Amino acid sequence: MITVENVSKSFTLHNQGAAEIPVMHDASLSVAPGECVALVGASGAGKSTLMRMIYGNYLTQSGKIMVGDLDIVSAAPRELIHLRRTTLGYVSQFLRVVPRVSTLDVVAEPLMVTGSNRDLAMERAKALLLRLNIPQRLWRLSPTTFSGGEQQRVNIARGFAYPYPALLLDEPTASLDPTNRATVLEMIAEAKARGAAIIGIFHDHAARDKICDREFDVTAFTPDKLS
Amino acid sequence: MTPLLQVENIAKMYGARIGCANVSFDLYPGEVMGIVGESGSGKSTLLNCLAGHLQPDAGAVCFDTRTEGLRNTVTMSEPERRMLSRTDWAFVHQHARDGLRMNVSAGGNVGERLMAVNARHYGDIRAKAIDWLGRVEISADRIDDRPTVFSGGMQQRLQIARNLVTGPRLVFMDEPTGGLDVSVQARLLDLLRGLVREMGLSAIIVTHDLAVVRLLADRLMVMKDGHVIESGLTDQVLDDPQHAYTQLLVSSVLQV
Amino acid sequence: MTDYNFAYLDEQTKRMIRRAILKGLAIPGYQVPFASREMPMPYGWGTGGVQVSAAVLTPEDRFKVIDQGADDTTNAVSIRRFFEKTAGVAVTEATAEASVIQTRHRIPELPLREDQILVYQVPIPEPLRFLEPSEVETRKMHSLEEYGLMHVKLYEDISQHGTIATAYAYPVKVEGRYVMDPSPIPKFDNPKLEMAGVQLFGAGREQRIYAVPPYTQVVSLDFDDYPFAPTKADHACDLCGATDSYLDELIMDDAGGRMFMCSDTDYCGTRRVAGHVGAQAAALAEDAA
Repeated sequence: MITVENVSKSFTLHNQGAAEIPVMHDASLSVAPGECVALVGASGAGKSTLMRMIYGNYLTQSGKIMVGDLDIVSAAPRELIHLRRTTLGYVSQFLRVVPRVSTLDVVAEPLMVTGSNRDLAMERAKALLLRLNIPQRLWRLSPTTFSGGEQQRVNIARGFAYPYPALLLDEPTASLDPTNRATVLEMIAEAKARGAAIIGIFHDHAARDKICDREFDVTAFTPDKLS
Repeated sequence: MTPLLQVENIAKMYGARIGCANVSFDLYPGEVMGIVGESGSGKSTLLNCLAGHLQPDAGAVCFDTRTEGLRNTVTMSEPERRMLSRTDWAFVHQHARDGLRMNVSAGGNVGERLMAVNARHYGDIRAKAIDWLGRVEISADRIDDRPTVFSGGMQQRLQIARNLVTGPRLVFMDEPTGGLDVSVQARLLDLLRGLVREMGLSAIIVTHDLAVVRLLADRLMVMKDGHVIESGLTDQVLDDPQHAYTQLLVSSVLQV
Repeated sequence: MTDYNFAYLDEQTKRMIRRAILKGLAIPGYQVPFASREMPMPYGWGTGGVQVSAAVLTPEDRFKVIDQGADDTTNAVSIRRFFEKTAGVAVTEATAEASVIQTRHRIPELPLREDQILVYQVPIPEPLRFLEPSEVETRKMHSLEEYGLMHVKLYEDISQHGTIATAYAYPVKVEGRYVMDPSPIPKFDNPKLEMAGVQLFGAGREQRIYAVPPYTQVVSLDFDDYPFAPTKADHACDLCGATDSYLDELIMDDAGGRMFMCSDTDYCGTRRVAGHVGAQAAALAEDAA
């Protein structure tokens, strides 16, 4: 479902003497439907970078990244927009939403943009928020005012609202209490069971061991300057 | 899939000075594109060329019309172009007073576009106006008030209702949240996003506010000195800018 | 005879105005610009109408002038005298006998014939002016037939007053094409704009001439659910008893006494001569005696 072939990436900082910083070199990785792969490596080794490259958030200089039938590296913007709506989900560490929009709407949005009936989308959003223990009195409020842990759970609910065939998870269990952490792991397991290909970054070793089928160490593809 | 708007090598000169040059892009149905750049970068010139307010010196702006498919709006007759701007196109000005009739009631402002396309039933026009005022969160009992007594945010929302009442497919927006308080901006952004989604609108938004494009636009073009220097998915351009100027632009703003 | 050229204006000027009139007749409702001359009367006193009358009058014509329907008001009398003096034409107060009628704010009650010309004095010829101040823009709207704005004005009327409150200078569409201001006639007169006579409109200050040829379709703008309705005071003329004419209201005293009478003095007088009597006609006759 997700295939990364010989990808390389560097940043050129034009405003700092055109310094060129290579961050990824010749990485390859493949994730099958129903499989969960953990990206591992020291902080700064490029785990998030690789994940952002797969999502199309960072440009990839060379190589090929296939998600389903689409090559992220050469795709037109509209193809990427479509892919992100229907195929590739992403739970980031940060919640970025329009202020003032209610939590329910935030969670239901991925369903709404794919043409779901509003009532159904709301039902699904409510079920997810309930499951992730977001107090009902907060549902009508904007999540921008929530605590870090609450924002993270809203983010997860949003990421799992639509059944994406491929999922990218950036630290989904960080800053969660044991109960919610267990719920999130359960949700990931369910996604796997329905056939989603998942790539995750977990600093939580126990979680990683429990949910991931294998590990992928990005350090091997980190250019020398880091060592 | 046919693009809704196909822009080819648009150029506009002001004497020897470049307004904009060599701008080409395709916009697909449902897409929202942001155009950012500093003052004088040519983004408003470009928008006005696209919307038919300025005659470009070169290039084509092809729009997928309902009846005849792709038509070059630069060379079509003025009546046809004006008809487009009353029906399938909409233009939201930065200053609401440029887009509203200040001496006409809110209902009259919303109804004008309907009457311009031959709506002749007062009751229907008024019902539609009330519906649209509701959609932009203006209460129905303000329908007979003139926009002069509205706040800036309300005026801007009224302008949006007036523009969208005929169900356009392409909306041009020039700094739609400029000059509004931050909290009012957020409300407007939310409204615009909802309308774009519900109506399947395509939009081109000119702004210098990177936070606005991050929340509203799927795609982004960065302009400098009349040229497009970088374009791509909005989050990609903002998070991994390639051009020196874009890097400067992104690093110059407070974290958004 | 006087030292003036016939009908005051020089022949070149009259030719220029006639060309504008012919163009106006060829494009019903279209405002033709013309080089309005200084006339020996202030703007607002009918300088446009006077120039049009001067251009169409011939020595054989019989001229009538009405102001708000009356032949005997200052404005009407001075314009009538003006042409008596400068053109030496015959004048009349009888609508049926006149070949050229200059009017301010009314159309005579008696239907006009094909051999009659009605000349209107027009203060503001542009019907879109109220909402769109730019002349460039209004001209473009006319040329592109963008008349939505005209209905905005009617919409505003209904939203504020519950009905279309515009009672005079009520906009019309001429022959399915140009929207036209019929000058400040009461909307009661609008149906009469479709007539056998030639109608010419002159706006002196604004330098515009426009025209409605005989038997031209003239439709008053309206909404499906608020159709156009010509209105008048719900009363009969207290002098001649007419129920089909436009009425003026006259306050008689400070005790609430009032009476209604035809604004068209010739119409009223003709009826009274024919023996029609209104409710207060007798009382007035006693007063006079």
